[in-house]
Formats: sequence, structure tokens, C-alpha cells
Amino acid sequence: MTESSRPVASRPMPELVCPAGTPAALKAAVDAGADAVYFGFRDRTNARNFPGLNFSHEEVRDAVAFCHRTGVKPMVAINTFPDAADEGPWQQAVDTAARAGAHAVIIADAGVAAYAARTWPELRLHLSVQASAANPEAIRWYRDAFGISRVVLPRVFTVDQVRDTIAAVPDVEMEVFVFGGLCVMAEGRCSLSSYAAGRSPNKDGVCSPAERVRYEQDGAVMVSRLGPHVINRFGPGEEAGYPTLCKGRFRAEGQTGYLFEDPVSLDAGPILPDLAAAGVAAFKIEGRQRGKAYISTVVKSLRETLGGGAAGVTERQRFLEGGRATEGAYRKSWR
Amino acid sequence: MTVHLTLGPIQYNWSRDRRLAFYQEIAASAVDTVVLGETVCFRRTPFLREAIAEEATLLLEAGKRVVMSTLALAVSAAERADVAALCGQAELLTEANDAGALYHLRGRPHWAGPFLNTYSPGTVAVLAANGAEQVCLPWELSLDSIRHIGRDAAGLRLEAPVFGRVPLAISARCYHARVHGLSKDGCQYVCDRDPAGMTVETLEGADFLRVNGVQTLSGAVHAAIHEVPGLLAAGVESLRLMPEAGDMRAVIAAFRAVTEGQHSLMEAEQEIRAATGGEVLCNGFLHGVDGTAWVDSTAA
Repeated sequence: MTESSRPVASRPMPELVCPAGTPAALKAAVDAGADAVYFGFRDRTNARNFPGLNFSHEEVRDAVAFCHRTGVKPMVAINTFPDAADEGPWQQAVDTAARAGAHAVIIADAGVAAYAARTWPELRLHLSVQASAANPEAIRWYRDAFGISRVVLPRVFTVDQVRDTIAAVPDVEMEVFVFGGLCVMAEGRCSLSSYAAGRSPNKDGVCSPAERVRYEQDGAVMVSRLGPHVINRFGPGEEAGYPTLCKGRFRAEGQTGYLFEDPVSLDAGPILPDLAAAGVAAFKIEGRQRGKAYISTVVKSLRETLGGGAAGVTERQRFLEGGRATEGAYRKSWR
Repeated sequence: MTVHLTLGPIQYNWSRDRRLAFYQEIAASAVDTVVLGETVCFRRTPFLREAIAEEATLLLEAGKRVVMSTLALAVSAAERADVAALCGQAELLTEANDAGALYHLRGRPHWAGPFLNTYSPGTVAVLAANGAEQVCLPWELSLDSIRHIGRDAAGLRLEAPVFGRVPLAISARCYHARVHGLSKDGCQYVCDRDPAGMTVETLEGADFLRVNGVQTLSGAVHAAIHEVPGLLAAGVESLRLMPEAGDMRAVIAAFRAVTEGQHSLMEAEQEIRAATGGEVLCNGFLHGVDGTAWVDSTAA
């Protein structure tokens, strides 16, 4: 093969950014070959604010130190929007991450970004997908205002749009989701959950809150509810999934079914080379709420795919919600 | 101090005739400012350019202030060009609904729209530094949060949404097209069949949501009439109403009658219920509970 036919070879391989909801998951990600790990505090400051997950301030300090010892980049997600009554927890989260020596903080809110840039000018800022920077002008605004180094792109782009965005703002790194659960709606712009059940991703770091979920048996049918609202009915033999609002069955125009999205999850494995050639800096795996087995299998398998191997695809797809894989917006099949 | 009333942009895909008839009514209504511009779907805009120009002229001649609002989700080159063009014009003030519009408008007077995530004073300060004169707060904020923002609004005029179906989500995909078995790019503009959005029911037949193309709206109509005194005490100086089917002029008049102290809150609620023709009303977001809820603050 000639040099000229492989322009991709001149680019560094995108780094693999892996989720960690617990210190054990963090260790699993590091052992499986993560280049970077992201995690958050056990409070409303991060978008996976679920019971039994996440890190205390002390655990964040330990996790950052562990990552540095093992040569992995620790990234701290502070990716919800502060409570107007008390912005303190968001600022303290930034302070703890900065003092601990985190490689970067992943920020959604412009006010928190301003605080971080002002207080910790040396701290690397990544813009969370929750900031919904969906075009080059938006990315430039965050770059110019706060000096962000990297943006996590919303899951609405085709591969061509990813390439064009990178070309339009070459001085900001782009990170893209390649595996895991998918928001159906534009991230960071959704209040469906608080409309139906009080708490939302933006305010509370929670979507379709567990304390409002109920499962009821109706004859042979399992009914799932979020608050008072029926989100799905599962017949015998159907797996009763979690009632995430936008992934439920509803009625419209005389039709009953998955109005917004069929139960599928993202696996961009087949197009990792296209995304790498487009110039993305990092591949992100969703799933801080997932266990060690998920982390370990998915990281190893994507590491294998990145290295050009074909093994592990079945293993990782076993973990997909709904059991079906999609390449999402990257292939634009639903346009 | 006079309370400012703003009419937000039409969210639905209404025909040109329907829009014109609507704004002829609005020209004679009690609103101070009318926000025009397509915020939901770029595919509707080719049909709207002339209509909006005509509507702006009509409203300006009637003494209304006119502001142009940008797309909430601009991804494609054509969508980005639309935002750039709106931000580039200097005749009318522009309202930004994403950070891309903030980029174009930086250093110039503009409004920050309700699709920006303005949850706290820290964010308000950033928007003020960018040149915003007014910010319309997000629908899901509680009155308590608004009170805290009001204490430290960095000189910005605060606006709160008080009437209309709540824009709950926006997506890159079109659910109207999906239900009709069409692709987004070949949508045949089917969203124009539902001038108040397509009804989405739960599997037990409860009215739940409305689909409006790429946007998902609340099934209930947010009507924060009893909360007006609380909002004004919190430092809100402008109230935003969204165009809905029904007698919009009467809805506007009900809010105006309350801000002028001419009608009681209960009278105004009854006027709004009559003008909206039996729609289910909600106000839960302002009370920090489910957005679907109607909290009866007169009972206490």
C-alpha cells in the first residue's frame, strides 16, 4: 500500500473515552484499555445522577490519582445546569477536579464554564454534549468565550457534517459518541421528563426518574408507568425495558407504536475508520450507569475494532438496550 | 412600572392566510412586542419569508415592536445560513435560540431566547456580557429559581413564559413525517394538517403530548395566570405568551387586565379557560412539580 492512499495514517488514532459510574467500573475501563475515563460527583452536578452511582469528592481525588498512575486521562463530568438558588455545588465540583489535577472537566453550562475559565485558567475545558453545540458557530462561541479545547458533538450529525465541522473549527478537538444509549431528542434541550415526572436531565441530572417508575401486571401484560403516565405495555415474551419517556409506545393518528424511536442503541463500530478519517479526536462510550461487565466488554471490543480486528462485535452488542444496533444519524438513514 | 407583554413566534405550520388573519387580530391586541421567525423547522421557511415580511409591516404599522427569532436547532449549511442571515440584518432586533446565534450577535444588542439554557445568575451574566438586553427564561424553571435569578440579573430584563403549549423537546428527526411513513426530506409538510399539533395519547388513551414536526410540545396548555404577581415580585418585567388556536386576543386581554389590576386572578383564569375552548391547563413547572400539574394556588 502506498503512502498517498492512506492519508489517515498521519493522524493520531482517536482516543477511547470510557464511562465510569463507580471506582470499580473505572478500574475495569483502565484494565480494558481506555485512553481516558470520565466520571462525575454523587450529586446533581452530573447528568447520570442515579442512586448508587458516582463519586464523592474524596473518591474523585483518588480516581484522578489512580488514572495518572496508570497513564489514563481522568475527565470529570460537571454537565448539568446549576440551581439558581445555589450554584455552589457546581463551582465546588470544578474546584475539586482542578485541585486534584483532572485532565479536563466536561461542562454544559455557560456560567459554569465562565467560572472554570476565570478561576482555573490552566484547566482544560471540554464542552459536554448537553451544551448542544450543533454547528461551527456555536463551537466558536464557546471557544472564544471560555477557551474550550474540545467539544462533544451532539448525536445529530452525519459523518460528512462531522468532517465539515472539524474543518470549520480546526482549533477545537471533536469527540463523538460511538457506542451506547442514544437520546432521541437533541441533548440538553429536553424537558419531557420534568413535564411528566418532575425531574429533568438539565436541572437534576435525571431522565425519567426511578422513584416515579412503576411496573404493574395487567393479566399477561406488564405495564410500565412514569408518574401516572403509561409508557409501555409488554406482552408475554417481551422484555420489559425501563420506561424512558421518549422510548415508549404511544398512540397517534390511529397508530400504536414507538412514536419517537424504536428500541435501538448506537454502535458506530462499522464506521470508526470513517470517523477517524474525518479527524475526530476521541471516541466516546455512553454508560456511566452500566456495570463492570459492560465497561470491560465494550472497551475491549472497541479497542479490538480500532486496531482493525473484527472480533468482539457480538459480545458488545449483547449489551445494547433493545438488542439492536444502529449507526444513528451518522448514516442519515432516516432523513 | 408597566409590565411588558410579548407574543412569541408561531410554533405550528399555519397557512399564510391563517397567519395573516391571526396577526391582524394581534395588531389590535394588548401585546407590546411580537416575535416573528421560524424557530422549529427550516423546511417551512421558504414559504414564510414573504409572509413574515408582510406580517412585520402590519405589526409595525400598528405600533408593535417586532423581534426576529432564530432556529432552535441549526445543523445543516442551509439552516446555519438562515441563522446567519437573521443575525446579520439590522432592521429588527434578533433573538438568539442557540449558541451559534450568540456567536453572530456577540457585542451587539440582542435578546436571549427561551431555547437557551438559562438556569442561573452565572449564565445570565455570560449572556449580558455577550450583549443580550433581555432573556426569556426556560419553561421548566420554578418560581423559586426565577426569584433567585431576579436578585442578580446583571441588568438584563427578565421575561418568563406564561402561556402556551410548552416546547418540551426538539430533535433532528421529524415525528410528523415518521407517523405518516415519510422521510424528513420528503415530508410533504404534513405538519400543516395539525394547526395545534398532532395529539399523542398514552396506551390507555390519556392525552399526553403534541408532535409539531421535529418539536414535541406539552399536551396541556401552560397558563401561569395565578403566578403573575409572584413573577413580577421576582423581578420579571416581561411576560411571554405563545400563539395557540382559540381566541388569542382574549387570552392576551386577560393577562393585561391582571397586570393593570383591572381583573382578579380568578376572573382572568375563567377568561383564559373560555378563550382556549376547554383545553387542559397546567402550571406545574412554576411550582417545582410535574409540568403537567395544575396547582390551584387560590385554594390555600
